[in-house]
Amino acid sequence: MLSRVADSIYWMNRQIERAENVARATETTLDLALEGTVDPGRLWNALICAFGDQAGFAARHGAADQSRVFEFLAFDAGNPNSIDRCLQAARENARTIRDLISSAMWEEINKCYLMVRAAAEAHDRGGNQREFLDEVKRASQLITGVTDATMSHGEAWHFARMGRLVERADKTSRVLDVEHFFGPVAVDGRDAVQWSAVLESASALEMYRKQYGAVSRRNVAEFLVLDRHFPRAMHFCLIKGEESLLAVTGGIKGSYSTPAEQRLGRLRAELDYAHIDEILAGAGGLHDWIDGFQTDLNATSDAIHATFFATPPGG
Amino acid sequence: MDLRAYRTDGFWDELFDEQLRPRPGAEQLVRRLASFSHGELAARQRAADKMLLTMGITFNVYGHEAGTEKIWPFDIVPRVIDAVEWERIERGLKQRIHALNCFIDDLYHRRRILHDRVVPEWLIDSAKSFRGPCAGLTPPRGVWCHITGTDLVRGGDGVMYVLEDNLRTPSGVSYVLENREVMKRTFPQLFDGQRISPVENYPEKLLAMLEYVAPSQARDPTVVVLTPGIYNSAYFEHSFLARQMGVELVQGSDLVVVDRVVHMRTTRGLERVDVIYRRIDDDFLDPRVFRPDSLVGVPGLMEAYRAGNVALVNAPGTGIADDKAVYAYVPKIIRYYLGEDAILPNVPTWVCGEEAQCAHVVEHLAEMVVKPANESGGYGLVIGPRASAAELAECRARILANPRNFVAQPMVALSRVPTVVGDTLEGRHVDLRPFILYGEEIFVLPGGLTRVALVEGSLVVNSSQGGGSKDTWVVHGPASPAEASSTTGGG
Repeated sequence: MLSRVADSIYWMNRQIERAENVARATETTLDLALEGTVDPGRLWNALICAFGDQAGFAARHGAADQSRVFEFLAFDAGNPNSIDRCLQAARENARTIRDLISSAMWEEINKCYLMVRAAAEAHDRGGNQREFLDEVKRASQLITGVTDATMSHGEAWHFARMGRLVERADKTSRVLDVEHFFGPVAVDGRDAVQWSAVLESASALEMYRKQYGAVSRRNVAEFLVLDRHFPRAMHFCLIKGEESLLAVTGGIKGSYSTPAEQRLGRLRAELDYAHIDEILAGAGGLHDWIDGFQTDLNATSDAIHATFFATPPGG
Repeated sequence: MDLRAYRTDGFWDELFDEQLRPRPGAEQLVRRLASFSHGELAARQRAADKMLLTMGITFNVYGHEAGTEKIWPFDIVPRVIDAVEWERIERGLKQRIHALNCFIDDLYHRRRILHDRVVPEWLIDSAKSFRGPCAGLTPPRGVWCHITGTDLVRGGDGVMYVLEDNLRTPSGVSYVLENREVMKRTFPQLFDGQRISPVENYPEKLLAMLEYVAPSQARDPTVVVLTPGIYNSAYFEHSFLARQMGVELVQGSDLVVVDRVVHMRTTRGLERVDVIYRRIDDDFLDPRVFRPDSLVGVPGLMEAYRAGNVALVNAPGTGIADDKAVYAYVPKIIRYYLGEDAILPNVPTWVCGEEAQCAHVVEHLAEMVVKPANESGGYGLVIGPRASAAELAECRARILANPRNFVAQPMVALSRVPTVVGDTLEGRHVDLRPFILYGEEIFVLPGGLTRVALVEGSLVVNSSQGGGSKDTWVVHGPASPAEASSTTGGG
């Protein structure tokens, strides 16, 4: 397929996945704020930090509170990662590859975009925060479902899945890292509330409970980093992402012929053999490890770009 | 609903005659419309509008912020053409396209028609759309104008005239297909028991034509659609056609010419391209041959074309037959190459490049429609009867400064079709753009795009200027009794 088209479908899926993750984390934070056990300023600030644009937020909005953070993450035209901007970019990408994706996919993406635009242009745009976030999440899941059900699972679909999983691995790592910005919570019970919220942010609470029962920091980290079967766990994302990558290149797991295979294979292998206690006991603890993971994941995405999307020489 | 309140206002109506009796082919449609309950028409129109929004059927408008997308305005009352009349239109279009292809080929080779003084030489030599670099070239299979969208209008006399020949990169066929789709989804009962010519096979016909004109050495030709990108006004159509044909939609930056062969850049490296359905004007195709500032073209493309390694559809240089001054000579062109009279008449046209005709135009400006010879989409049009004195004076000055660049026609009282306004019907002016494919044979898509001026009294049907569209039905008479019983037998 065309390099430009592969690039568009990869990014379209990253953008939709990004919007979904922002919506999910925001919703969880709304829940936490309702509980009233934590200082709201710290809470909303942690959300901004987790999504990596504290400076951009502070410059335009000042101190973090619920309505400002919601505005920033949902609609702010100056925030390239706001839900509105993500959907605009995703739809723009979808338009450039309309000949490639199914009509059902296009219609769902278009509907989601229209819904978000309508919300952004509504007079009282902070009015129904929960309903809005819910709709974004549902739309993203619908798009994933329609993609799987109406698009041939060929090269384009594998690029779509790679985009989604790379983005998801990154966002799960950010959600898990929220304690770094939030600060440790000493009081018993509150700890469980916080880690339950982390699980909720990754839609992972129910599946976690089936596996571990009680909520603890160690087990939450193990589940979200290393689980092989939970679809939002970082390890799962890398395993399936690599499957798609190898389907595109025709390569074999355990060896490589492109920079993308080398980077992704190495990162996946690291998680294959990692132990959560070693990660937690490492020099900089969980935060430093996650930092390193995010750096490696960025390098992987860059390698995917260089391998498939960058213009090959010849003209 | 009560159709007795409908008024034709002295215009030719496509659905009703002056006594409000349905015209041939429209009987069943009119019966259905009359049976509608109060509010049904408006409700169906809303359902169709919503579907268009969801399906994202849009076009872009220039002169606004980049990427200003508009929903395609669509009216749910179809325009009906009786199959008997259509048969004549189809013959007329085939004749015209055949002759124009002969004309273009002649102009780039022996120029017989100029030497025989049927078409004046100065007209061709002064045409912006004549492409010197194409002289001596013969495109694969000798076809120049592969895809044409001829504009037809019906006057107050009920005669169908050719208004314009669009032979460069005519748009609109995707809306013909989408309009039919929307009609079927929102108004299935209107189709019941009618025999309406299908339009759905257009993409297949198009692909077959594109493969037919591939360079002879290409065994299993790779076809692509070349678009300037998502901000082009017809981007929707470009992606629609690529998707329907199952071929790649490429931009100039996706293509690269190596050793006079065109390739596209893919995730697995370079892949050869044999046929390019280009939706980019000649000027922008190849910055090395035409406009050097073109960013949407492909350097070296013309060289690959000249070497016979790639087919370009339509062929570069075809635009010469699209010049509105050349249009005036088409009846003569048909007679010259085919020895036949034109089946479809032209609208009378004065060519300002001819001194006597120019004088007539300047004198009668207030009664005429003046068109620049080299624009499309209705840009630069001046409608004399509706222009102010200042506008007429400005128009006159522009004509006198560059007479070659203008033609003028009498104002045609375009026919009308009942159109939804609220929950009732009012007459609105329409034109018709059938689409013609020239491959192994000449194929005319039954019907075409009916464009409608949605604003009351307006004659401008261009989507860029407040026009909408309608589904167009070529309706066949009642089936013979034998046929009728075989189709209802299972029922």
